[in-house]
Amino acid sequence: MRYIEPHGHMVSRTTDDYQAMVIAGCVAVCEPAFWAGFDRGSVEGFRDYYRQLTEYEPARAAKFLLPHFSWLCLNPKESEDLALARDVLALIPEFLDRPNVLGIGEIGLNRNTRNEMTVLERHVELAVQHDQLILVHTPHLEDKLKGTNLILDLLGSHRGVKPERVIIDHVEEHTIQRVLDRGFWAGITLYPDSKSSPPRAVDMLETCGRERIWLNSACDWGVSDPLAVPKTALEMRRRGHSADFVDAVLYRNPHRFLSQCPKFRVGDSSAG
Amino acid sequence: MPSDRQFEFSPVSASRPSRSSSRRPATAAQRAVVDHGFIPVRAKLIEVAAFLDRVERHAVADDFRCAALRSAAALLVDGKPERARRILESLSDPTTEPDHVTTGKAALGAWVMPADPVPVATAARSRGKK
Repeated sequence: MRYIEPHGHMVSRTTDDYQAMVIAGCVAVCEPAFWAGFDRGSVEGFRDYYRQLTEYEPARAAKFLLPHFSWLCLNPKESEDLALARDVLALIPEFLDRPNVLGIGEIGLNRNTRNEMTVLERHVELAVQHDQLILVHTPHLEDKLKGTNLILDLLGSHRGVKPERVIIDHVEEHTIQRVLDRGFWAGITLYPDSKSSPPRAVDMLETCGRERIWLNSACDWGVSDPLAVPKTALEMRRRGHSADFVDAVLYRNPHRFLSQCPKFRVGDSSAG
Repeated sequence: MPSDRQFEFSPVSASRPSRSSSRRPATAAQRAVVDHGFIPVRAKLIEVAAFLDRVERHAVADDFRCAALRSAAALLVDGKPERARRILESLSDPTTEPDHVTTGKAALGAWVMPADPVPVATAARSRGKK
């Protein structure tokens, strides 16, 4: 089995995780910029983080023969300081030409505030100006439905946004169909205690179809499982889905979306 | 439903025939949905019951999150489909406008109308008893 981990915060993980992922069939990992668990205090803190994502982490992954790609942004959890956000966004273009950078992400909303909306709008503008793919984080728990609607409206109102170049992540049963209906890609995140479980993810694939959907672990410093994606393959097979179905969802789908960035060169997109 | 299923593999149900009452015999893959899913879900349902007992015993059952959980649980047995979607919606903030200020980085899992009600479409966020 081959699969792509399209969303993993590997700076928070150990080398044991890299090894386990490769043994399980991972052929590429993509790392969106995210919140460190505390607010970074300066633009220079972000510069260091972007260097980590574009220099150090790809080298660490390469020791396990795993291609590593990254997305850059200021996480919505750090969007309340508009002055800092402005300075950080001004820094991002310096890194967009790095060989492993796929686009702008994970941008989005956390608590659905006006400041978060302002910073999201600036990120979208930045992505459009630089013709970048976009990866969008949707809020947690009770904030997800409202936040998803706000995000969809914002993206839909921007003439430069091409839905097929945007993935809206962390969808659940109450948000997935509205994301797909608007022409965007949808990401299902597999978490032990929130977002989706492997059985629920397969339920969504069975009810919504497998087109324009990817699965990810979003493994980070919290309760999460870097092998959640291959474990979901087992759930698919138990239900009688074919090896080709598994390959389509876990490999060909993310490959198709990510290949819209010419820097993403991993294997091929034909049936395995 | 996808059309490319393969139905030959179900190691658990091979020795444990399904007790399903449906007229057409269930396929191995159909039986596997119950065979592999029932025990973990049974455990989660008991966790819910024990949690509701626990919050009563500790006199915190009136917390808005516990109330939301009881309301959501009622949807499990209303006989209508799409229970997961409807439960998620029942726990969601129904307002539509961005909030003026943040009330912290973490969501709490349930939403409650502000103490001073304003129309849902423009309601400012409330964090309940926090």
